[in-house]
Amino acid sequence: MDIALRKKELVKEFSPMLLKPGKWSKIWTAILLALILCGLAAFVVQVTQGQEVTGMRDNVVWGIYTINFIFFLCLSYSGAFASGVLHFFNTPWKNAVSRIVEIITVVSLIVGPIFIILCMARLDRLHYLFIYPRIQSPITWDVIAITTDLIGCLLYLYLTFIPDFAILRDNSEGLPKWRKKLYTSLAIGYRDTPSQRRRLHKITKIMSAMVIALAIVTYSVLAWIFSLTLQPGWNSTIFAPYFIVAGLYSGVGVIIIAMYLIRKYFNLDHYIRKAHFLSAGVILLITALLYGYFTFSEYFARWFSHKTHDANLLDTLFNDYFWMFIFANYIGILVPLAIVFFKKLRSIKNITFAAVIAVVGLWFNRYLIVVPTQETPYLPIQDTRPEFIHYSATWVEWALSFAGVATFVLFFMLLMRLVPIIPMSGVIDYEKKGKVRRNGLTQQQQS
Amino acid sequence: MKDDKTTRNGTNRRKFLKMGLLSGATTVAGASLLANLASEEELKASGEKIRVLTPEGKMVEVDAESINKYPEAHITPKESRKGIPGRKFVMVIDLSKCKNARTCVESCQKAHHLDYNEEYMKILLLQDHEEADPYWFPKPCYHCDEPPCVTVCPTGATFKRDDGIVLVDSDRCIGCKFCVTSCPYSVRQFHWSHKPKFDDTSQPYSPETSVPGEVGTVMKCNFCPDMLRQGKLPHCVSACPMGVIYFGDKNEDMVTNGEETVRFSELINDRGGYRYLEHLGTKPNVYYLPPVDRQFPLERGFDVDEDIIERYKDVPYVQDMKEKGKI
Repeated sequence: MDIALRKKELVKEFSPMLLKPGKWSKIWTAILLALILCGLAAFVVQVTQGQEVTGMRDNVVWGIYTINFIFFLCLSYSGAFASGVLHFFNTPWKNAVSRIVEIITVVSLIVGPIFIILCMARLDRLHYLFIYPRIQSPITWDVIAITTDLIGCLLYLYLTFIPDFAILRDNSEGLPKWRKKLYTSLAIGYRDTPSQRRRLHKITKIMSAMVIALAIVTYSVLAWIFSLTLQPGWNSTIFAPYFIVAGLYSGVGVIIIAMYLIRKYFNLDHYIRKAHFLSAGVILLITALLYGYFTFSEYFARWFSHKTHDANLLDTLFNDYFWMFIFANYIGILVPLAIVFFKKLRSIKNITFAAVIAVVGLWFNRYLIVVPTQETPYLPIQDTRPEFIHYSATWVEWALSFAGVATFVLFFMLLMRLVPIIPMSGVIDYEKKGKVRRNGLTQQQQS
Repeated sequence: MKDDKTTRNGTNRRKFLKMGLLSGATTVAGASLLANLASEEELKASGEKIRVLTPEGKMVEVDAESINKYPEAHITPKESRKGIPGRKFVMVIDLSKCKNARTCVESCQKAHHLDYNEEYMKILLLQDHEEADPYWFPKPCYHCDEPPCVTVCPTGATFKRDDGIVLVDSDRCIGCKFCVTSCPYSVRQFHWSHKPKFDDTSQPYSPETSVPGEVGTVMKCNFCPDMLRQGKLPHCVSACPMGVIYFGDKNEDMVTNGEETVRFSELINDRGGYRYLEHLGTKPNVYYLPPVDRQFPLERGFDVDEDIIERYKDVPYVQDMKEKGKI
């Protein structure tokens, strides 16, 4: 196989994706930008008028900002986990999906912390976290963990981009000048020589293991922000593993949704195949079982031992949040489980549907962890103005939440314009290996 | 004017004697005075000398003119982190005497420039179990010895002082609200928006007074250290017409409600004093005396504004009473 020629072919195949935004992509960009502008307007309102414009009040001081923060961070964590596993074990079908997963990891790790910053009322004092740090505080742990994780993930993403930058640089006929320059500088002199290749492979492998560790640490610290307090619904020893399993569940869901959209939009049927959906579906099945198991253990123990404060919490959950509870913790687990369990139901569309249910269900599960607990503290909420008792998010919070999702998608689209969503170097590696294996087979047959 | 202040302080000092607080107050006077001496170059001498005790236990003679400065002395955020030397403040709330008169709430609101709807001290209507009668339960900050709020604060805006008080430095607070979620007693509140009263700079900000407030920061009961420095009782204690709240120093084993001064240990041991939610291990410095031999019927507590009664609408007892048409 002529590798140089194959590279050219691949660049030719993927360059329309990079260069020519289609009609739909323009429309989508416009919609996303509009959403982000709405979010910015809401942000200005919040900064000028204070957090009074949100639904957060003295009893429920953490609202959907915190929920979004956990949600995006769990996407990042599960992305890191999945891509780390794919790389580390050199999974054969990784090529088509590994870049999607890596981009999810990094982009959600950029979007997530924005939400926790929105939750802080004094943005002008954000630097106090660094000039007056207190190491006892789980928030300080979180700051350290997230920044480390972000740097690690960015490095990792960049490492996986380098071979493709080099390919794009070497085959840049027809590309605009600024792109040529950009690819040349980003490829940092990578020429795909055997020694460079070996080194890059080694570093990427080390980093792939590192990002798994980093992600687990970061997400555990996040779970500890809740479980290290004394609050009845949060003070649970299984929170860290529970969050990690739940994170994997929703993360696999988002990966499936992204795979479906990208496959459909770019007509990549021959790269992202049904096999990918089936494998991801199996992971969804396993994580759904684990997640269901953890959810059950968490609530079962509270219900069976029924300490007063736990019983109060369950009362709130089953009275004020009945349908949300049913949706998040029954439908959100059982429906995806059923879809991926029965072979007949395992079509690409169904698996994607299951993934959507899983992701939405998980967001509500987060809501149920964060909000009702604050509405059911140890001492009953009394002697408070009535409008301070229950939480419901305001338009400012929703606008910023949707702006966050829009930012996530927009970043994703921008990165897809920078490098092909299917890693070209990976395709070449895969084909080379395939050839070697085929040669081996023929030799065996000959002997 | 100056003479007025001196005499006022003089009567205060006599009060200390009664309360057994004298040595501490002079300690404070000595401490802040020495700080004044060190920092300020010019001090007018009045000729009159007064003896005070320094934190090290030394008796020193200082000018009377300087003594008058201490009540007004502005305690900066940095100074407020130290606490009043040699003290361990403690509060005892006698639940048998509380009738939800809400004077503690109102005096506190006035002193800390709080709005009608903001209260450092809340009065809950608790019922321990089905057989027990409900009772009124004043809830200030418990100033725990193991304060969860202090542990979780990422910037040290909330801190525990040597004298047992847990304070908030609004200048340092970034508004993450982690302390609010970590407090098991729901004591903390938040300045959600800017209010005109925050712009009032006639009084420089001190964590000890918590005035003026700042948007996007937490607030809570602070045991009124500004009053304690002057040898006065916290506002809620002196305002209560029933003498429900006792305040004092654990080191001296004395607490007072402004009328009677009693031994803290005797009060706690004779009357079955306890701390709320002891099992959480936060070690509060606020003790409760059980609501036995009540001095007032519970219903007296409903002699308040309609919208205050509305705040207890979720209490089963109140719902019951409403059904019977008693409220």
